[in-house]
This record gives sequence, C-alpha cells and structure tokens, in this order.
Amino acid sequence: MLQERVPDLAKFVEPDRVRREVYVDPAIFELEMQRIHERYWIYCGHETQVPRPGDYYTVQIGRQPMLMVRGKDRKLHVLYNRCPHRGNMMCGDRHGNTGEFFRCSYHAWTFRHDGALRSIPMMESGYAGTRFGKDNPDCSMKRAARVESYRGFVFASLATNGPGLLEFLGESRIAFDDMCDRAPEGEVEIVPNCFRVIQRSNWKIFLENQLDALHPSVVHQSTGRAAMDVESRIKKQTGQAPLSYHMLSAFAAVTIEKWDGFQTLNYPYGHCILTGYMGLRPKDPDTLAYEKVMQKAYGKKRMEEILGVNIHHVLIYPGLSVQSALQQLRAVRPLGVDRTLTEIWHFRLKGAPEPIYRRSLAYYNLVNSPATLINADDLENFWKCHQGLASDGGDWVTFGRHFGRDLDNGSVVETGPNMGTSEAPMRNQMKAWAKYMQAAA
Amino acid sequence: MKTQHQVEQFLYRQAELLDAKQWQEYIDLFAADGVYWVPADPAHKTWEGMPAIFAEDKNLMTVRMQRVLHPDAWSQRPMWATNHVVSNVVIEKTGANGDVHVRSRFHMLELRRDDVRHFAGSYRHHLKKTKDDYRIKLQRVDMTNAQAAYDYVLQVWV
Ligand code: FES
Ligand SMILES: [Fe+2]
Repeated sequence: MLQERVPDLAKFVEPDRVRREVYVDPAIFELEMQRIHERYWIYCGHETQVPRPGDYYTVQIGRQPMLMVRGKDRKLHVLYNRCPHRGNMMCGDRHGNTGEFFRCSYHAWTFRHDGALRSIPMMESGYAGTRFGKDNPDCSMKRAARVESYRGFVFASLATNGPGLLEFLGESRIAFDDMCDRAPEGEVEIVPNCFRVIQRSNWKIFLENQLDALHPSVVHQSTGRAAMDVESRIKKQTGQAPLSYHMLSAFAAVTIEKWDGFQTLNYPYGHCILTGYMGLRPKDPDTLAYEKVMQKAYGKKRMEEILGVNIHHVLIYPGLSVQSALQQLRAVRPLGVDRTLTEIWHFRLKGAPEPIYRRSLAYYNLVNSPATLINADDLENFWKCHQGLASDGGDWVTFGRHFGRDLDNGSVVETGPNMGTSEAPMRNQMKAWAKYMQAAA
Repeated sequence: MKTQHQVEQFLYRQAELLDAKQWQEYIDLFAADGVYWVPADPAHKTWEGMPAIFAEDKNLMTVRMQRVLHPDAWSQRPMWATNHVVSNVVIEKTGANGDVHVRSRFHMLELRRDDVRHFAGSYRHHLKKTKDDYRIKLQRVDMTNAQAAYDYVLQVWV
C-alpha cells in the first residue's frame, strides 16, 4: 500500500542532486523509518547510563518505543516498551529503575529484565487450557532483534538480518576509539544529563549539516565575533582567556578558506568523517598535566598517536553525530517528516584530570544546551530549509560543490586537497540512502 | 516592609529590562562577580562542573548580548518578544550588611513568529546591598519545564 504511494525512488537521487520530496513527503518518511531506522543499527545509549540491575532508559528507534534495561546478570537488553497482554506501555517514565522485574500498571503481569514472562495474576485459574502462558513467546515482551555494543556504546537493530555492528560501523568506529582512547583508563562514563532539543525540520537536514564546512563562518559569525571581542578584552586584562572563548571565537576565526584545508572521508552505509580541529592541544598547564597522565598510561609514542588524531565530527548514519575530541554526541530521533528530536550527551574521560572534563563541559553547555549560542542559528536555518523544500519553488536540492573531484578508492571516498568544503558528505549520504531505500525487505 | 518593597521593585525592574531588550542595563544589574544560572536539574547544588542550561558570568553574558545584537544572528531576525510576570516575592534571609536572599515565582510568555511558548518557575536571587540599590551575586532560575524537550531553543536569559 505504502510503496504504491511512493514514486520510483531511483529517480529521486542523482549523484549530485536530490528531489525535494525526499525531505518533505510523509510517505517517504514512513518508508525511511521501515527501511533504514528500523532495520540498521541505531544508538540506544551508553552502558554507564544504566549501571544497576533494573535501571532502564527509554529510547525511540524509528517509530518504535524501546527500553534499554540492565538485567540482574548485568546483561543489557533492549525491549519494546509494550506489554504483550493488551498492549499497555510498560514504562511511562523516560528513565528509572524497574526493580526486580517489570510490572505492568494495567493488570499486573510481570516480566524479567530480558522481557520473559514471569507471572500473571491467577494464571492457573485464568489461562489453563488456553494458548496463553509461559511457553508462548507471544506472552513475553518483544525484544530488539539484535543488540551489540562497542566500547560501551550500545546499539540495537530491529531486523534479524544485516551486517553486524562492527561491520556496519566500519571506519566510523574511530568516533568511539578516539573518545575512549583519550581517557587514561581507556573508557568514558556518561555525564548524567541529556539535553533534548526539537528541530522543526527533516532529520536529514541535520545530518547534512554535521559535515557542512561551508556553513560555520556564515551561520555562526555572530557568536564567533562576539566571543572574539570578549576574549581579546579578557586577554588584555588578565593575559589569558578561558579556552571556552576560543572554542566559540573559532567559529568566526576559521574562514571558509581555512575550512577548505580540512578533509572529509566518506564511507559505505553513509558514515562520514570531517577532519580538523580547532586548537584542542594547547600548551596550557591543564593540557600539560593531562598529557603527563596520558603518557604514564600509554607511553609517549602511543600518547602522541592518540592526541594526534585530528577529527572534528563523525557522522554515523542514520542517527548519530559524534564530536569525539570533546566527548559529546547528538543522537537523532525523527519524530515526523518535519520534526526531529536531538538527544545530546556528554562523557567524562575516566582517569583524566578534572580541568579536562570542565573544558569539554564548557563546550557542551555553550554549544549544546537548550540555551546554545551556536545551534540556535543552525536550527533557524534548518527550519527555513524545510520551509523552502516544502514549496514548489524548485524540484532539486543540489550537492554540486567539487562534484567529480572526489577520490574514490572503493572503500572510502576522500576529498582532495583544499576541498574541505566539498559537498561530498551529502552526496555520500544520499547515495547510501538510495541504497537503503531500494534494498529488498 | 521597606526592604520588601525595594527588593520587589528591583525584581520588577529586572523583568522589565528583559522584556524591553535592554541587555546592557540587564547585565549591569549583576555584581562584578555575579552569576546567572539555570541548572540542568533542580537537584543541582552548584553550577561549577555541572551541565547547565545557562551558567554565565558577566563576560559570557556580554558574549550573549553582542551575539544577539549582531546583524547576522539569524535566529534573531524574526519577530520575537517576551512578557515576564514576577510574583510571590519572599525574603528568606537578610544579612547584617543588608544583603538579601529572595525567592520568587515567574511566568514568561514568549512570542516567536506566530508561536507562543510558556516558561515558568522560580527565581532565587542573592542580592548584594549597594549604597542605594542591589546588585545580583547569584540568580538561580529553576524552570518547571526545564526538563521537558525544548521545541527550538532559548536565546536570552529567562
Ligand atoms: S496490559 Fe499489561 S497486564 Fe494487561
Ligand atoms: Fe552549525
């Protein structure tokens, strides 16, 4: 039925442009949820979010309300947030602890942390001789088809078949390696706070923005300039301004020409990496103290390797944007064709001195909080983008910058020298999108 | 009674400056070491080292002001306005030097393009007595809806 309403998808994506319907057609959105979000690996959360048995967090995968829960055996389970009896939602809160087992608030069926039916009130008298009971899997909470984690980051897939998590992530797993390796203990730990911000635009508009090196010096000029001003005043007064000012002023200081000096790497499944970072390894006493701890943990050579990793953003299609060097990520939860929730988390490097945590926390607060000095102007542009695409003012979204100059070696598409502002990441994402969407069910 | 009146007048003035978009005058209400804080979680006891929706000293407040005034602050282009009502003003503590701790309630309506949003909650002000007025040492803002998802974001102080 649905498929019939969706016109021939092959005609929607050309190598350097995409039809506008891809962003605004509700029928295409439904199909995306089925064929992409509810089939491939979606980020659920970090293991440290649910440290104790019974701890759970709700998470939306595509259109499916799910639960990530820690079992008594310490194993993590991802379940549909739904009671098999009459369909009641199991956990009505966003997160919490469910105790020894789940207990449905409607008729008190109870379930183990892995979803298996535990008890039904008066089971014998009520269900003896019926097909309902512990032997019938339909009487247990349904589980995500597959759950895997990488370095503490938990993903689920609602489809039985498909690539495993590691194969799916491919080179993009550097997002987690870069983040965890920067910890002297090789692990990160969640900062227990989630900023949740809704964008009034299609989810792909956000993803395409993540590696859009063309936009920062246009969109974030106001904050960059303001920060630069105050930064230089503080420097004059005290000799040194906090690094957080530099993180903001870089948005103005790094010109389009400089962004061109960075590089994008584009992988199968739509993942992309933007290299280049703004002064994360200064020579201040805090950094030097941190380097000492790192050197002790890893030795000089390995430490240099770790701190030399030069990544700005990693986009893990279709729903995760990671800034590994700053230990934060944004998970994308599409709510509708024109509404997208972002869940924004920060992590602590285990074993790193407090000032290093404070430094990335400043970025988390200033850039990623609901009072963001940066994303406000992105969201304004996303909304305008969506408005424009909903109109008949044109049929295509174009991704032509540096088209035809990508270096494709088969497993990765790289942008050449001084092509950091190439629209290769958008082309790569849409190429992957077309493949996902046309894959047989 | 006199202190109560003065404190109320101070809070009303602060709200008025926000609604009138007189950002510099608003910042001037803070003491040199003053902090504006909107905790990410009502349980938080300090802004230091904690995720926060706002945690700004006067320097950061100045960044926010200058950014908002920049002609290319795209999110500031569309029409927007706020209306604050401050009430339930209770003085919790008065120091020998005239400093006061005050709690109050606020309700803010925001119009942006054609959309109206509401934010409400409580203010806690630590006010430092000056010769004939007060300056803010700390303003803590606990929005009742701080934990809800934000449909779009906040641009200036609440
Ligand atoms: S719906 Fe859950 S026990 Fe009846
Ligand atoms: Fe941006």
